[in-house]
Amino acid sequence: MSSSNWTADFLSRLSADIRVDRIDVPSITLWQIESRTWRRFAELAQQQNLRWAAGWAEQLDKQFFVNSCFEKQGEYVLLRTIIDETNPELPSQATVYPAANRSERHTQDLFGIKFVGHPDNRRWTRHQAWIENSYPLRKDFPVQGAPVGVTPPDMHYPFIKSHGAGVYEIPVGPVHAGIIEPGHFRFQAVGELILNLEERLGYVHKGIEKIAEGRTPESLAKLAGRVSGDTTVGHCWAACMAMEQAAGVEIPPRAALIRGILAERERVANHMGDIGAICNDVAFVFAQMQFTRLRELWLRTNATVFGHRLLMDKIVPGGVACDLPDASCSLIKKEIDELRTELTEVILAMDLNSSLEDRLYTAGFLSEQTATAFGVVGYVGRASGQDRDVRRDAPYAPYDRVTVKVALENQGDIASRVWIRYKEIRTALRLIENFIDKLATGELRSEWRTPEAGSEGLGIVEGWRGEIISHIRFDADNKIARFYPRDPSQLNWPALEKLVLNNIVPDFPVCNKSLNGSYSGNDL
Amino acid sequence: MLRLFKKILTTGIVTERISMRSHAERGNEDELEALGIQIKRHIDKRFSGSIAIRQVDAGSCNGCELEIHALNNSFYDIERFGVHFVASPRHADVLLVTGPVSRHMQTALLRTYEATPNPKWVVAAGDCAACGGEFGVSYASCGTVSNVIPVDAVIPGCPPTPVALMKGLLGLMTVEK
Repeated sequence: MSSSNWTADFLSRLSADIRVDRIDVPSITLWQIESRTWRRFAELAQQQNLRWAAGWAEQLDKQFFVNSCFEKQGEYVLLRTIIDETNPELPSQATVYPAANRSERHTQDLFGIKFVGHPDNRRWTRHQAWIENSYPLRKDFPVQGAPVGVTPPDMHYPFIKSHGAGVYEIPVGPVHAGIIEPGHFRFQAVGELILNLEERLGYVHKGIEKIAEGRTPESLAKLAGRVSGDTTVGHCWAACMAMEQAAGVEIPPRAALIRGILAERERVANHMGDIGAICNDVAFVFAQMQFTRLRELWLRTNATVFGHRLLMDKIVPGGVACDLPDASCSLIKKEIDELRTELTEVILAMDLNSSLEDRLYTAGFLSEQTATAFGVVGYVGRASGQDRDVRRDAPYAPYDRVTVKVALENQGDIASRVWIRYKEIRTALRLIENFIDKLATGELRSEWRTPEAGSEGLGIVEGWRGEIISHIRFDADNKIARFYPRDPSQLNWPALEKLVLNNIVPDFPVCNKSLNGSYSGNDL
Repeated sequence: MLRLFKKILTTGIVTERISMRSHAERGNEDELEALGIQIKRHIDKRFSGSIAIRQVDAGSCNGCELEIHALNNSFYDIERFGVHFVASPRHADVLLVTGPVSRHMQTALLRTYEATPNPKWVVAAGDCAACGGEFGVSYASCGTVSNVIPVDAVIPGCPPTPVALMKGLLGLMTVEK
């Protein structure tokens, strides 16, 4: 999508109301405003249909930088305000943008920054691993913290209650029945009908942002590859892109194409796993068996060609750590041909199955309005009419060399989310072929340049789950000062609370799988 | 429906379709079969035919879960060797724990361990569970599983492949307890 240059127009509108300083940072549109106008900016941004995409803070000496990232038509604006350590508060944007809600609570728990007027100022990421009024991401907080022998459970979190005849509560988790990540879900139900769902996440908070500090670029890339294991390529790419921006390093064309192939292979693997798992949750085991089989074959090719089934650590700062010889290219192309045939057979068998239709159509409905309000991204958004894809809207190498056809549905149910995934697999297969055709001999990795202290970068890529935003700031001596990865799950999790309403409790697993948020990517 | 049955029939049983693979992969398959048979033998001897595993993610990045899932696909089909995954620790012989143990999961893991009936075995799967991995010990992470509960066997790898997981389980079978 071509840039309509809304930023100039928006800036002139803003100037009547608030003061905006345009800060010159390479490859980032950075606007700085006074903290008291933080919410006012959000109000004006919302009037212009800007999407709130990410929020995080950083500490520099005795000041906090508070950041929000907005997007419209593929153009990203990084909004920043600077507040003083002695009075760390500013107006909340969450009253305007519900998407900012949990993000601001995360910042509140980890930095002790108060968002005045926040609609829900309960703690979010903090359970009981550190005490109230201590803030792990402040520079004076030691990385080891001051843990007690056994961290007590978070017993007294004030969940929303409901009362009335026949209303009951179902607590689920953190340890679930399946082989999945931990999190807590609190249902209020009448009979089988879900009246309300409240998520309580944060169980897999591993202090990723804190332990990133002081790392070298290589070491940070490894950590980024483990923000969410299923998105190892996506997160690693976003983090490397941010570091490369900060360092002014351009990656070689061959490396960009290989990154594209890796990312699309990750997308195909995960989408196949998801379609199978969704069908399995409504007891349609045929699809589960077929898709896990296809996924396994796909992963084996990953191991043969790239040396790792999940493609971990293949993207490195400055390029890639793997090559794609001609023999591998033809192997991949042959596999794609076979996969297309198989997919067609399996999908036709699924499409004509009435029991599957019965369970997936109209279930887990997410309206276009709710999806817009929560800024939902990725396949969940695209199944509810959110026509967004970073690969097309803000193309980065190698996607700037191809046309990305973005699948879109507007039914907003689980079936839509299955079809979107299927269409995205087909698109990804075409993209892989395209990238292979474009491969020319060349370097795999550019030489690294130590970035200046204080330089920053913003990596934005379309991971298989959706848009990933990664912010990096360097310290002196090639060391990381701050790393913040915004997984798409952070924007999509709140949508689950909405799309399960008026569904039956036994359909929760399939609703959850249709969204498939990452717990690890959310909790950091 | 006909298409469905046709697809099932034409797919056949991939679990046994060993000779159709390339030589390199066949080596892998043979190893898998041999491994499985060894596991089955130990399970028959020591667990009366089957073991029940409760998987606990104590803070992983979810990479290990993907590979543990793969154990149930039709290639590995680990159930044929008497290994199956159960929904409750109360039904389990073995806890298969992944991740560095996040401090927020510490109590949950301890309670899951307590809920597992004796005799019980704990397998720490993946580099994080085995040695702390990329995360180690911090204000938010307890590090290895053995820092929280007694561990009987570890399976390294980031993440361990399905074959590595099977080897690790076999290792557990031969642990004297």
